[in-house]
Amino acid sequence: MQTNDLGVYVHWPFCLAKCPYCDFNSHVRDAIDQDRWHRAYLTEIRASADRAAHLGDATSVFFGGGTPSLMDPELVAGILDALAGTIGIAAHAEITMEANPTSVEAAIFKAYKVAGVNRMSLGIQALDDGALKFLGREHSVASALDALAMAQSTFDRVSFDLIYGRLGQTVDQWTEELSRALGFGTGHLSLYQLTIEAGTKFGETYAGAAPAGKDPKSGFSLVDDDIGADLFEITQTLCDDAGLGAYEISNHARPGQECAHNMVYWRSGDWLGIGPGAHGRLTTPAGRLATTQHRSPDAWLNAVESGGTGALSETPLDGAARLEESVLMAMRLTEGLSETRFTHQTGRSFENAFGGVLPDLIGDGFVEMADGALRTTAKGRLVLNQIVTRLIGAS
Amino acid sequence: MGAVKPSNIRNFAIIAHIDHGKSTLADRLIEACEGLESRDMQEQVLDSMDIERERGITIKAQTVRLEYTAQDGEHYVLNLMDTPGHVDFSYEVSRSLAACEGSILLVDASQGVEAQTLANAYLAVEADHEIIVVLNKTDLASAEPERVKQQITDVIGLDASDAIPISAKTGVGVPELLEALVKRISPPVGDKAAPLSALLVDSWYDAYLGVVILVRVRDGVLTKGMKVRMMAAGTAHTVEQVGTFQPKPEPGKQLGPGEIGYFTSGIKEVAQTSVGDTITSDRKPTDAPLPGFKPSVPVVFCGLFPVDAGDYPRLRESLTRLKLNDSSFHFEAESSAALGFGFRCGFLGLLHLEIVQERLSREFDLDLIATAPSVVYRIHLTNGKVTELHNPVDMPDPVHIDHLEEPWISATILVPEEYLGSVLKLCEDRRGEQVSLGYAGNRAVVTYRLPLNEVVFDFYDRLKSGTSGYASFDYEVEGYREGDLVRMTIMVNGDPVDALSMVVYRASAESRGRALCERLKELIPRQMFQIAIQAALGGRIIARETVRAMRKDVTAKCYGGDVSRKRKLLDKQKKGKKRMRTFGKVEIPQEAFIAALKMDGD
Ligand SMILES: Nc1nc2c(ncn2[C@@H]2O[C@H](COP(=O)(O)OP(=O)(O)O)[C@@H](O)[C@H]2O)c(=O)[nH]1
Ligand SMILES: C[S@@+](CC[C@H](N)C(=O)[O-])C[C@H]1O[C@@H](n2cnc3c(N)ncnc32)[C@H](O)[C@@H]1O
Ligand code: SF4
Repeated sequence: MQTNDLGVYVHWPFCLAKCPYCDFNSHVRDAIDQDRWHRAYLTEIRASADRAAHLGDATSVFFGGGTPSLMDPELVAGILDALAGTIGIAAHAEITMEANPTSVEAAIFKAYKVAGVNRMSLGIQALDDGALKFLGREHSVASALDALAMAQSTFDRVSFDLIYGRLGQTVDQWTEELSRALGFGTGHLSLYQLTIEAGTKFGETYAGAAPAGKDPKSGFSLVDDDIGADLFEITQTLCDDAGLGAYEISNHARPGQECAHNMVYWRSGDWLGIGPGAHGRLTTPAGRLATTQHRSPDAWLNAVESGGTGALSETPLDGAARLEESVLMAMRLTEGLSETRFTHQTGRSFENAFGGVLPDLIGDGFVEMADGALRTTAKGRLVLNQIVTRLIGAS
Repeated sequence: MGAVKPSNIRNFAIIAHIDHGKSTLADRLIEACEGLESRDMQEQVLDSMDIERERGITIKAQTVRLEYTAQDGEHYVLNLMDTPGHVDFSYEVSRSLAACEGSILLVDASQGVEAQTLANAYLAVEADHEIIVVLNKTDLASAEPERVKQQITDVIGLDASDAIPISAKTGVGVPELLEALVKRISPPVGDKAAPLSALLVDSWYDAYLGVVILVRVRDGVLTKGMKVRMMAAGTAHTVEQVGTFQPKPEPGKQLGPGEIGYFTSGIKEVAQTSVGDTITSDRKPTDAPLPGFKPSVPVVFCGLFPVDAGDYPRLRESLTRLKLNDSSFHFEAESSAALGFGFRCGFLGLLHLEIVQERLSREFDLDLIATAPSVVYRIHLTNGKVTELHNPVDMPDPVHIDHLEEPWISATILVPEEYLGSVLKLCEDRRGEQVSLGYAGNRAVVTYRLPLNEVVFDFYDRLKSGTSGYASFDYEVEGYREGDLVRMTIMVNGDPVDALSMVVYRASAESRGRALCERLKELIPRQMFQIAIQAALGGRIIARETVRAMRKDVTAKCYGGDVSRKRKLLDKQKKGKKRMRTFGKVEIPQEAFIAALKMDGD
């Protein structure tokens, strides 16, 4: 099955404050000239449209950040109009926006809706004021719940993010918090285990807490392996019981409510990256390309204004790279890696690529073959990184 | 240079503990005899290897020929023989001493007698040397010449009443010492007309001259162009160059009885020459080879593996180059499941092992892993045959073994009294048998018989830490004794880890095994599968630890912008893979084995 989906990712690189765990391309500025940014996005869209002309209409648009809810609704509308006028936006396209639940007025949600946004993803992060403070967030539980109510009354599709595995968090505390979250009735939830990334404030504060044998600089968690596993498992149980099963490692939805845009990433489909630091993947007659844009907001702005595009690089992905991405992303999904799609993307069969390790991985109960796809079992999901390393190592 | 009258020759060695001032004194003696312009001193005399200098040990015998005009107006030739200073080379030391008639026993007047002083003084006594006791560093306020004299008498049993106080630093006492050398040391005796017989004292490789052979002529004359025969080696060579060290090599025509000098003969490898061999005339050979020849035999073995497998060819090349100049060092290719390709190497002792390892890392810039040192065991098989075991991995099935023998040493330890307790405990823990315990002032002198196997296993480190570094230690291999020894195997998920196999005393096997398993448990990272670490004697498991399977290793967030980064991370992991060793389904980082090999004893 070849996806004919085309995603468009639009990056807005500004926030009101920098969260201590965040390693996104986000920056704090006193003043932002939104008109100037508006012009730049439109220029960039014109340049990108040429590259994607052969791919058909966009089936999803995602405003990510940063804090896209700091964008003027006119800017959002302008971008969507420009996309519709160049690449084209499909009739039932999913148009998501990430929003921070600081005191928002209902009016702005309406304005985004008018601009075309039809799915809202709120960064609530915790339902505990102490935890929000620990996470360096600007909002309180009360304001988050206000924003959630407003979003739910404005949009049909609403999701929110929570971060667990916070310092000292117990299984009981998380059970209570998550149960409450499930009670709000959204069709989608993103539940991330807190990861300490290099170069963040938490990275500096907690680098010493890295468990033995792990790179102390990046990618570790504040709870140990065992508690981390317990938290993950209880998360699966509670969400399953509430009808929001996991469709990806950290994403849960009622059937049909999955984020179509993110599915494009996980299925290694095509998407355009627009804005500072945005990555893209495009299938072209000359092969599959990985594209990047200038990362720093100023560099990107200057490049667009002087050269008509913020594009920084365009790298063809060879067979090995395509295979790695295909496995790396699709194995995160509950549906797994479809062999048909894998063969289409890499020209290889499972037997040919993973023959050396597959029987053992299946025999040991880490993965299984079902409905023409290779997917993790509940046991395998917890050690996905190991599985991916073995699959790719074998190929 | 004509042959010198033997009655005007004095051949002597300097015996000293590290840092008691041997090199400094040698410099003073050379200066006093103006053997060198002082500006040449630095590069010429001290032109030995860094490691030797830093540790105050000489690996190669070196000689200097000094011309000295004594107070009686006579001209003398003084040959100063610098001997290897460590027991690992005690055979080499004994050959150097055999080339001389007397020794200077140099003792630091504030430090007093140390273990090395003792061992080497005994070798000099055995060699029938006239021993001149010299107290050095008397310029220091802390010098206590009277106390040290008494100590020398008490501990070594030498009459120190006519000891000469000097300062090698300032030169005070050096003229008196030179006179004493002439007056007290006997001149060599030899028959110029007899067939040539010369002792091969040492040999080394020189980039310009090829192999240079240091000899002491006993009888006859060694001349340029003559054909000589090495009696033990059974080879004949034509003498190309003959000369003396002053201290630069000075070619001459011949060397007569009593003289010490060198010759070259187009030999390419030191391995073709054996220390202690007798050199005679090929045409008119002597019928009496010099006594005491012993081929050099390695005592301690260990595996050396490159940390980076790609360095294997370079390691081989480096070992070959080391061997060029060190015939007592042995190596052969070895491969290990845990550590990859490397070499099994044999050494004269622990210090020799350390020196070689250090030279490999310093001079050849190689990053190495050394397996635990092992001694040479004698295996008496049930079929009556006796074999030698150099590598625990090669141990035959126990059912074929009647009994095992292991080498024992006689160890001398000098230690300040307050640390005696910890030394005695260490020796007892290591199956030691006390031979004697005495005192020299406030220092205890202990002699123990110990299995060498217990000493190669971090004994030095323990001794050092237990005595704040104040103990001095020396040993001599005594012989073999039957021992209740077993091979302990470490297994990971049932597969033996060859690099961690060791031969141990049965009674300590269990604690050793448990410690090693516990350590490995800490070192092996959790994986998808549970890992069983076991120590076994034959089929019997004596210790077991489990590394539980990892429960969670999954990246929380991975969206479109993360793919490239994750892919780079994977590439890095793949590179790291090379350092992993596979045991069944588990992969263990090589570092875990390296760290386990570095572990402490108990
Ligand atoms: N004060 C003093 N120091 C000395 C004397 N002789 C040697 N030293 C010092 O003792 C140290 C060891 O001397 P060295 O000749 O290298 O000892 P070696 O290891 O026996 O060759 C050096 O720092 C010398 O400078 C001496 O007579 N007086
Ligand atoms: C693109 S980010 C940021 C969206 C928005 N600016 C916000 O912070 O609410 C999307 C989500 O990733 C999660 N996240 C970011 N950094 C994380 C980290 N270090 N560990 C775990 N989750 C993280 C947060 O839940 C966040 O809402
Ligand atoms: S608001 Fe979101 S994007 Fe901005 S710093 Fe915080 S986590 Fe990062």
